[in-house]
Amino acid sequence: MLFRVLALVQKEFLALLKDRQSRFVIIGPPIIQLVVFGYAATFDVTNVPVAVLDECNTLLSRDLTARFVASPNFQLVARLEQPGQIAPVLDRQQAMLVLHIRQDFQRKLSTLGTTEVQLILDGRNSNTALIVLGYAQGIIEEFNATLRRRRGRLAQVPAQVVSRAWFNPNLQSQWFIVPGIVGLLTLVVTMLVTALSVAREREQGTFDQLLVTPYRPYELLLGKALPGFLIGLVEATFIVLVAVFWFRVPLVGSLGVLYLGVAVFLLSAIGVGLMISSLANTQQQGLLGAFLFLVPAIILSGFATPIANMPPAVQKLTLVNPMRYYLVILRGVFLQGATLEELADQFWPMLGIAAVTLAVATVMFRRRIY
Amino acid sequence: MTTPKPFAPAARHRLMRLRGLVRKEWLQIWRDPSSIAIAFLLPVVLLLLFGYGVSLDAKDVPLALVVDNPNPDTMTLCGHFERSKYLRPVYFVNMRHAQQAMLRRQVSAILRLRDDFSRENLQRRGTIQLIVNGTDANTARIVTGYVQGVYARWLADVQQRRRAFPPPPIQVQHRVWYNANLRSRNYLVPGLVAIIMTLIGALLTAMVMAREWERGTIEALMTTPVSMGEVLLGKVIPYFGLGLGGMALSVAMARWVFDVPFRGSMLALLAGSVLFLLVALGLGLLISTTARNQFVAGQVAIIVTFLPAFILSGFIFDIRSMPWPIRALTAIIPARHFVTILQNVFLAGDVWPLLLPSMGVLALMALVFLGLSYRKSPKRLD
Repeated sequence: MLFRVLALVQKEFLALLKDRQSRFVIIGPPIIQLVVFGYAATFDVTNVPVAVLDECNTLLSRDLTARFVASPNFQLVARLEQPGQIAPVLDRQQAMLVLHIRQDFQRKLSTLGTTEVQLILDGRNSNTALIVLGYAQGIIEEFNATLRRRRGRLAQVPAQVVSRAWFNPNLQSQWFIVPGIVGLLTLVVTMLVTALSVAREREQGTFDQLLVTPYRPYELLLGKALPGFLIGLVEATFIVLVAVFWFRVPLVGSLGVLYLGVAVFLLSAIGVGLMISSLANTQQQGLLGAFLFLVPAIILSGFATPIANMPPAVQKLTLVNPMRYYLVILRGVFLQGATLEELADQFWPMLGIAAVTLAVATVMFRRRIY
Repeated sequence: MTTPKPFAPAARHRLMRLRGLVRKEWLQIWRDPSSIAIAFLLPVVLLLLFGYGVSLDAKDVPLALVVDNPNPDTMTLCGHFERSKYLRPVYFVNMRHAQQAMLRRQVSAILRLRDDFSRENLQRRGTIQLIVNGTDANTARIVTGYVQGVYARWLADVQQRRRAFPPPPIQVQHRVWYNANLRSRNYLVPGLVAIIMTLIGALLTAMVMAREWERGTIEALMTTPVSMGEVLLGKVIPYFGLGLGGMALSVAMARWVFDVPFRGSMLALLAGSVLFLLVALGLGLLISTTARNQFVAGQVAIIVTFLPAFILSGFIFDIRSMPWPIRALTAIIPARHFVTILQNVFLAGDVWPLLLPSMGVLALMALVFLGLSYRKSPKRLD
C-alpha cells in the first residue's frame, strides 16, 4: 500500500512542479512576501511629522517645542504662522500632529498656575492617531515633571502608572506580526496546492481514470494530501528560519511544540483545501471556494486585529477557523515559550477541524459529477 | 501599417460585432449565475462580516487586579475600573495566580495595588506597576492607555474632593480631526471596500480568458472576423457593469449600515471607483491571458491580489510607518491608491492634492494592464 501511495504522491508532485509557471508560483511569492510583509505590517509609528504653531513665542513655549523636536518619535516639518494654516497642513497629510500654543500660554501659567496646549491630530487612521497622542502626552508629562522640579514641588507629584510589558519589552509590533506571517503564508501555500487539484482532474477527465484504478478512496486522499503536507512543512521551516535569523524574532519555546503545531495546522488546512477541491466541479468553483475560505480565515484570524474586539457572533464564527488557533500557538511558542499543556486548548479544535474536513473530502471524492 | 486594408470594416460593423460579443459574454454570465453572485452577494456578505469583525477598538479587556490591602481608597479606584467601558476587572488574591492567568491568556494586564496604596502615600511612592502582555504590542499599548486614563480620572476625583494635588502645570487639550471619536471602523470600512472590490475584480476576470484557451473555444472565436481587442473589450464591458453595481452596493452599506461619514463628493467617488475597477479587471485579464491554464491563473490571482491589498494598501497598517523601500513598493499596489481615495472621500472630503496623484496612477495602471493583456493575446494558436 505504501508503495502505491508513494506512486500517487510522485504523480502529484510532477503535476505541481513540472510546469515552470506553476513551480515559480509555489516557491517564489511566499519568500518575497515574507520579507516585504515583515517590514510593511507594523503598528509602530516613528518619525511622526509634526507642525508647530507657536503664538506665544516665549522662553517656555520654545522650550516645549524643543522637546518635540528633540524626541526621536517626532520630526518637525513646518512652523506655522497663523491658525489658518493648520487645515491645509493636516488635509494634505504633511503633518500628523499640530502643536498649537496660544498667545496666553505663559501668562496663564504665571497667573493661574496651570495652562493649556492644544494638540490637533489627523484622525484618518485612528490607530496611528492614538499612538501619536500617546507620544505627545508623554512628552508633555515629562515637561510637567521638569517644571514641577524647577518649582520644588516634587513632593506634590502623584504617583504614575508605569507599564512593563512581558514577552515583548519594547512592544515592537514586528515580534507580533512576523510569527503571524508564518501562519499566513503556510495557509496560502497549502490552499494553492490542494484547493484546485481535484477540480482540475475532474475538468480534464483524469479523475475518472484514477477512480477506475484499484486505489481506495482514502489512498487517493492520502496521495493528494501528502504533497501539500510536505510542501507546507518545507516552506514553514524556511519561513521560521527567516523569522528567527533575519527578523530576529526570539524563539523562546520548544521546536517540538512549534512543529507539532505546524503539522496539526497543515492537516486542518489540507482538509479544508481538499474538501473545497472535492466539492468543486470546475476549477473556477475551486478558486472561488479557496478565496471564500482564505480571505475570511485571514482577516478574522487575529492576525492584525484581535479576535477579542469582534462582536460575540463573529467571535463564535472564528471557532471554525484553524488559523485562529495556529496563530495563538505560533505567538505563544515564539514569544512566551508556551508549553504543550498551556496550548492544549488550541490543538484540539484544529484536530477536530482536520478530522471533519478530511472525512468530508474522502466521501466527496467518490462523487460522480455527471 | 499605412497600406489600406481592402476589407477594412466600417465602424458600424465593428460596433455590431462588439455588441454580439458582449451579448455572448452576458449570456455566459447569466447562465452560470456564479458571476452575479460574486458581484452582488459577495460584497454584501464580506462587508457585513468584516465591517463588524475587523476592529482595533479594544473593549471589555480583562484586567487582573491584585489588591494587597483593601481600604477605602483601593475600593474607589476599583470602582472606577468597574465603571470603565473598556476594561473588565478580574480580582486575584495574589500575584502568582494573576501571572498564571496571564500565561493562559485569560487576562491581558495585571495591576497591583501594594499594601501601602492610599491617597496619603501616593505622594511618596513614585510608581504603580502595571504588567501588560506584550505579545500583541498594539493592544498592549492601548490597554496601558486605558489604565492610565482610568487612574487619572480617579486622581482628579480625589483631588476635587480633597484638594490633595495641584493640577499639572500644562494640561493637554486634544482634538482629532476627521474622526473625532477615534472610531477605528471609520477608517477600516472604506479600506475594506477597496479590499473586497480587489477580490471581486480578480475573481470575476481571472479565469475568463484561461477558460477560453483551456476549453478550446478560443479557436471558435478566432475563426470569426472579430479582433482580439474586440474579444477583450467584449469581456471587460459586462464585468465592468457587474463590478460597478457591487461597488455601489458596498459604498451604500459603508454609509448607511456602518455609519461612516461621507464628506467628499459623488464625483470624486465615482471617478475613483471607475478607475479602480478598470485596473482590477485589467489585472484579472492580464493574469488570465498570460497564464494559459486555469490552475496557474487561479494561483496567481490568489497571490497577487488579496495579500498585497490586505497588507500593503494602508487599509490597516499605516503606509507612513513603513520603511521607505516598502513605501515605494506600495505605489504599484492598485488597492493602495483606492484606499487613499476612499479614506479621504469618506472622512476628509475632496482633498484634491491627495486624490489626483492616486487617480493618475490608477489611470496609468488601467492603461498598462489593459494594453498588456491586448499585446499578450496574439490571435493565433501555438
